[in-house]
Amino acid sequence: MDTGKKPARSAAPEPPASVARRKFINSVAAAAGGGCLLALGAGLYSKSASALPAQALRPPGALAEADFLAACVRCGLCVRDCPYDTLRLADLGDPVVAGTPYFNARQVPCEMCEDIPCVKACPTGALDRELTDINKAQMGLAALVDHESCLNFLGLRCDVCYRVCPVIDKAITLETQHNPRSDRHAMLLPTVHSDACTGCGKCEKSCVLPEPAIKVLPRKLAQGALPAHYRKGWEEKARHGGSLIGEQVEMPVRGFEGPTAGRSATETVVAPATPAAPIVPDAQPAAPRKAPPGINSNWKP
Amino acid sequence: MATSTIPVETLQTARRGFLARNRWLLLRRASQLLVLLAFLAGPWFGVWIAKGNLSSSLTLGVLPLTDPLLVLQTLATGHLPYSSALIGAAIVLVFYLLFGGRLFCSWVCPVNVVTDAAAWSRRRLGIKTGRVPDADTRLWLLGGILVAAAVTGTLVWEWVNPVSLLHRAIIFGMGGGFFVIAGIFIYDLLMASRGWCGHLCPMGAFYGLLGKKSLVRISAANRKACDDCMDCFAVCPEPQVIRPALKKVGQESPLILASDCTSCGRCIDVCDKQVFKMTHRFDQRSE
Repeated sequence: MDTGKKPARSAAPEPPASVARRKFINSVAAAAGGGCLLALGAGLYSKSASALPAQALRPPGALAEADFLAACVRCGLCVRDCPYDTLRLADLGDPVVAGTPYFNARQVPCEMCEDIPCVKACPTGALDRELTDINKAQMGLAALVDHESCLNFLGLRCDVCYRVCPVIDKAITLETQHNPRSDRHAMLLPTVHSDACTGCGKCEKSCVLPEPAIKVLPRKLAQGALPAHYRKGWEEKARHGGSLIGEQVEMPVRGFEGPTAGRSATETVVAPATPAAPIVPDAQPAAPRKAPPGINSNWKP
Repeated sequence: MATSTIPVETLQTARRGFLARNRWLLLRRASQLLVLLAFLAGPWFGVWIAKGNLSSSLTLGVLPLTDPLLVLQTLATGHLPYSSALIGAAIVLVFYLLFGGRLFCSWVCPVNVVTDAAAWSRRRLGIKTGRVPDADTRLWLLGGILVAAAVTGTLVWEWVNPVSLLHRAIIFGMGGGFFVIAGIFIYDLLMASRGWCGHLCPMGAFYGLLGKKSLVRISAANRKACDDCMDCFAVCPEPQVIRPALKKVGQESPLILASDCTSCGRCIDVCDKQVFKMTHRFDQRSE
């Protein structure tokens, strides 16, 4: 009976086995609960983190999204060192993972500082210091998403996205094309080239429409990808100085003698509403923009 | 008995003025405020003292400081941060290793103000509801967030970490973090006394582990004078740490050696018998 009382009062009380067991079970249960909660959170997290929403762009030099979320400690040092207040940290409830930096091109685009202070500020390498030339940044990719409202597609000369582009004539070019509506004018179509576009967002910011026709999207959203095994025949041909499978017999094209006949399929040309074929049968191989002046193209004011 | 103790208490509190009774609390609030001000002086007044936030910062353009637990998680994901983050984490690590891990909790962490307010309200309103989770849960959680970081390859904990959420919300003026903080306040107020900081927070657990052998300690040097009023137990965020030192349970030393002690000094404030004092771990004096 002495032994029963002593442990409770002595300097180092040894709890009975059942108490220790209960404590252990409790802590294991707590851990399991915590673990489940964590797993749940992690699941939701990875779901929300798998792709950036369309309007959120990462700062220059940002690692691929999954790696970025491993490396970014959400300190906001890049935000602080951005001289144009372009970057902001995502709030809870924003579509971007809370605390991570992003910018919205339509609100404040990236000014593409030559010294890239945001990348220098990053202490963890979530913004990769390998990026030393801002022109090589790939924050996103501009895409002229709305061909119906873009003023240049309507045949007007807006050109604003082209003119504000910091990589003008490389990232955005104006491609001249026949205007099938007037059939007399050219359309200068802003065309984005993914190898040069940095995704700074200036084109989207300056689009004169109330809702921009050109939008800068995260590359993952904006870009397609060919299957890895695809080879482009004409490239292979050029590389090897000739066809790898011998010259093919040119097959005659019948029943398609309009002005579009004979054009390459890669050339995007919209056929005029009224076929001009019967009137100008001899204009067959000429592209409209190279057509000699004076040809009656059926255009009426 | 009860009627006789009340006048004595009021006499003693009258003798010790408001400042004496709240000295360490006020010092701590000042410290927490100064940390925030160091970060806010930049955006508010254009005077840049510290940039960034508690997760990682750069003070006066030269001193990098990084949350070591966050760097651990980053390493767990498989990403090796740049040296500035590693050096920053090492500085913080060494500081808390030397001076007291959970000094962070009581002197720096902004959530401390929230949970202190919840605990104060709980005492004032006499709320006894809820059930406190095991204090070891935080250790499990600490392990859990490291495993989760390794498994998912992302900093999962930073998605919900109330400490960084609140600090970021204050420094960068964001609203969302305050919802989480409101949740913690309600949890601590209604569901678990000292539930967050004392039982769940893995950051607190991490700093607790850091502070096993650190210098700054509270000592119950004048424990002979203790009249068992229990004020210190009522106010202490980790009440289990007091007993060994105060009542010589399992130790002779008057020092509170448990690493759960946040060295907040609230026990010093509330004790009318001046039992406790702030000292270092080699100070074995007891009167």
